[in-house]
Amino acid sequence: MDPTVIPSLRPLLAILASLLAVPLIVASGSRPNLRETWSVLAAFVKAAIVLSMLPVVLAGDVLACRLWQISPGIALELRVDTLGLVFAMVSSTLWVLTTFYSIGYVRGAGEKKQTRYFASFALSLSATIGIAFAANLLTFLVFFEMLTVATYPLVLHKETAAARRGARIYLAYTLPAGLALLVAVAITWSIAGTLDFVPGGFLTTAMGSPALLSTLFVLFLVGVGVKAGLMPLHAWLPAAMVAPTPVSALLHAVAVVKAGVFGVLRVTGFVFGPGLLTDLSLGTWLAWIAGATVLLASLLALAQDNLKRRLAYSTVGHLSYIVLGAALVNVWSWTGAILHLVFHATMKITLFFCAGAIYVRTHKENISDLDGIGRQMPITMAAFAIGSLGLAGVPGVNGFVSKWSLLSGAALADQRLLLGLLVLSGVLNAAYFFPIVHAAFFKRSDAYPRFGEASPLLVVPLVVTALASVLLGFAPDLGVHAYGLAARTAALVTGGALP
Amino acid sequence: MAVLPESNLPVIITLLLLFGALLTIAAGLVRREFAWPVAFTTLVLVLVDALIQLATIVQGGPLRHTLGGWAAPIGIEYVVDGLGAFVVTVIAAVAVVVGMYARSAVRRENPDQEVAFLGMLLTLLLGLTGMVLTGDLFNLYVFYEISSLAGYSLLAVGDRKAPVAAFRYLILGTTGASFYLLGIGFLYTLTGSLNMADVARLVPALQGNPGLPVALALIIVGVGLKMALFPLHGWLADAYTHASSTSTAIVAPIMTKVSAFVLLRLLFFVFGVDLVANILPAGTIVAWLSAAGIVVMSLMSIAQRDVKRMLAYSSVAQLGYIGLGIGLANPWALTGAVLHILNHATMKCCLFLVTGSVAMQTRRTSVAEYAGLGRAMPWTFASFSLAALAMVGLPPTNGFFSKWYLLLGTIRAGSWPLVAIVAASSLLTAVYFFRLLESIYTAPMTAGGDAPEGESGFFVLAPTIVLGVGVIVLGLCNSWFVTQILQPSLPDALRLPGM
Amino acid sequence: MDLTVVLTGRAPYAFTIVLLLIGLYGMMAKQNLMKKLFGMNIFQGAIILFFIVHAYKTGASVPVLDDALGTDPTRYVNPIPHGLMLTAIVVSVATTGVALALLIRIYRSYGTIDEVELLERLRKDESR
Repeated sequence: MDPTVIPSLRPLLAILASLLAVPLIVASGSRPNLRETWSVLAAFVKAAIVLSMLPVVLAGDVLACRLWQISPGIALELRVDTLGLVFAMVSSTLWVLTTFYSIGYVRGAGEKKQTRYFASFALSLSATIGIAFAANLLTFLVFFEMLTVATYPLVLHKETAAARRGARIYLAYTLPAGLALLVAVAITWSIAGTLDFVPGGFLTTAMGSPALLSTLFVLFLVGVGVKAGLMPLHAWLPAAMVAPTPVSALLHAVAVVKAGVFGVLRVTGFVFGPGLLTDLSLGTWLAWIAGATVLLASLLALAQDNLKRRLAYSTVGHLSYIVLGAALVNVWSWTGAILHLVFHATMKITLFFCAGAIYVRTHKENISDLDGIGRQMPITMAAFAIGSLGLAGVPGVNGFVSKWSLLSGAALADQRLLLGLLVLSGVLNAAYFFPIVHAAFFKRSDAYPRFGEASPLLVVPLVVTALASVLLGFAPDLGVHAYGLAARTAALVTGGALP
Repeated sequence: MAVLPESNLPVIITLLLLFGALLTIAAGLVRREFAWPVAFTTLVLVLVDALIQLATIVQGGPLRHTLGGWAAPIGIEYVVDGLGAFVVTVIAAVAVVVGMYARSAVRRENPDQEVAFLGMLLTLLLGLTGMVLTGDLFNLYVFYEISSLAGYSLLAVGDRKAPVAAFRYLILGTTGASFYLLGIGFLYTLTGSLNMADVARLVPALQGNPGLPVALALIIVGVGLKMALFPLHGWLADAYTHASSTSTAIVAPIMTKVSAFVLLRLLFFVFGVDLVANILPAGTIVAWLSAAGIVVMSLMSIAQRDVKRMLAYSSVAQLGYIGLGIGLANPWALTGAVLHILNHATMKCCLFLVTGSVAMQTRRTSVAEYAGLGRAMPWTFASFSLAALAMVGLPPTNGFFSKWYLLLGTIRAGSWPLVAIVAASSLLTAVYFFRLLESIYTAPMTAGGDAPEGESGFFVLAPTIVLGVGVIVLGLCNSWFVTQILQPSLPDALRLPGM
Repeated sequence: MDLTVVLTGRAPYAFTIVLLLIGLYGMMAKQNLMKKLFGMNIFQGAIILFFIVHAYKTGASVPVLDDALGTDPTRYVNPIPHGLMLTAIVVSVATTGVALALLIRIYRSYGTIDEVELLERLRKDESR
């Protein structure tokens, strides 16, 4: 049954909400409270607009907004389908929380250049929503590159030598990736004559030789894979941890990296499609690269003492869960992949929020310094514990649900080795997270005798995300119907029955 | 062939500039302050006429004007189609912008020569617009030399080394012009005509005649030298670096572009697509020389320590894009090349206006000296950043779209090395621009040079900002230019499918 | 094609080419900027000569209407190249004028118009 396409301005408004906030933020640079109001307002408005589109999409329809022609035959076009809405909801709702958290963090840590910070944040979110709602590859590419440019000042923020180095590495990875993506999109247009995303893909073997299509796939994967942290293109992620923690939290746990895996989902499901991927065995190759990334990243995480770097490698690993799910192209693996996009976001952002709260309160960044901190910041560490449980795949937190879907998908695809790898990764997750929680609560230390949580602006968001993770663990379809949307997308793309 | 309607619009431009130049000098001799208003009024009137002409041609088709009433092909005529009108409008628009800038700039940099300078400015534009408007080969030579002479004079104004650079350019430029003259001499001996349309009619019958490739080669060398086609670019770097900021600001964006346009006109409209692309390897040679230019000149830009010199080499590299597009002779590549005429003019003009305002305020000229200036002149450098992003080719700036069309053109031509060169050159550009931007915004200000007094004045800042914003606007609107103005003017063989 | 025929029939063109090469040599090989300018002039002159040679017709008269010869085009040399070359000569003169002005500026600035010495002084300028 073809969905009804309903023309609407709401996708555009969602993007504009934070885009229009940028000049306002810049103009009120000297009045911090006014300036922060713009960010908060924009975040609420954006989330509201995005959420308002949920009923339409749940009913099986699609919202579309054709802007104008941007190249002969191709328009800058927005389209809100199940997958796009899921991503947009995750980013916009988490941005609301991150805005409050940012305000608390930036003031608590005494960061400079706050105007640039908040303006870049708003711009980055516009780009992220643009990516989510892009109807064709060119629109996607435009917003994808805008995201790179908008996030660069955020990585560079502290302006120390390390920050500059991190920012340079960030560009050194993302700019070539953007070019690979550009070439890929140009080739696609040349062979297919269309760039519109179609569930199930629009490329066919008739459009090019297997060698050409495979090269095209590789180019696409390099293009989106850098942001998606696919090894060996992941090195920018740990380097980008020099950014302030809210940046790491939202952008490098939610927006930028999720834009990358979102790109992988779009390319595998809406450009190439399960049929073509299977015919050319490209899906299998991708699955193995993702699997290797999962394993290596988990092992590398074990070796890190800096908390944020450990979280970074953990992110790399979990992103590849999503890529793995996408690559296996069956209905369960896809459901799991999309669910993990949402659930990993809530869990990881909790962990990053905790790391930031710890830094603001104690200026400690390394795990070895965190002995006994549970006595000073029990709420924070409890949230951290919840997030860790979820990422390890323990039932009760939402991470279990997405993992279970992925495991089912691996079983369905008869990939026992990959299934084993996913299980092993769960164990490794536990291995690199649980000791932190253990040391925080059960190790004695004189460093943290008294109770002293960080300010409510920092603690409330992390409690909210931790609670959300638990609630979603028991009722995955709660609230934003993540499960329903994921399942529906998976069915549309793979042509399988609804799980 | 249909007879084109007569119109006075083309010749009005020539007359306005000719008499404007004389009036400017006359007014300036009365009182120096009178020169600029007269000159600026002329420029505005020229822009108005150019826009009217463009609108007329877009709606009604090409126009012509027979000078003095003597009928072609013996008489000289102007022939203006959409492409020509487009380029003339670009020239006029850039002239108005630089004209505004010139008011403060000329008075600060070379006040004693203000009157003559402004006169020469108008003469340069007389020559350039004439080159675009004319339909006669020898008339083109005359305007070529008019613009060259004005160019030598303008570029000789600047620092102590400027006359040396200008003299070198004079020798090389005259050689080029003479080669062109010899080339049309050959054409005349072969065809007996100097009218472009007439020669175009007669050329197909001359296939196989050994004189034809000779004429073609001489003309390509002649025009290529003024276009700074690699390896005929040697004069450019010194000339741009040592000339005054206004001279560079008016010469850099348009003089080489007009030569590129003339090359396009001669190759495709006089010699014919068939001859240039299929029978003789002229297109291929131009394409590969341009490609070499892109790579070598981008590398040279990275090595420069003086900002203007860096931008000068960058200009040659960007001209390589235009040359590549022309050489490939397919619809997509040509669209990219012509669009890049507009796009590069906007970007480069903005960049040179910034270097000019920085030099006027602080006497700083090297990359190292630019450190930390971002805070002192925020609007200026905001425009600079936008223009820089456009040079790198990041969406949604106009530079991205030129690259997009060029990539499509190289893919259509099936040349993978060229695809790689176009893509990789963005990275090289990114290296020298992001390095500069990082230094401008995050490094501490160095001791050399003066400290800036704050933002530049209105006459300097307004044009800069207009161009900076224009970079984004033109990017978003590019398809309108392509479909409404460019496509209808191209010969059938070179039009995009479906136009 | 027989070389002797080419040389004798096309001798004027060949001479033009020789002049052109002399001019080019002057521009490239000579150190003194003034001599480069001379070379440029010779180069331009060669091209002007090329056009004029092309206009020539055996036994024809100057391209000025003469009642005695009537309006038969074969009696007159082709006037168009002559007209064009008048323009070209003017261009050449103007260019030479600008070039000389530049040379005067250079001489006043650096005290020399010899290329090698000039480069020396420029380098000294930059290192200061």
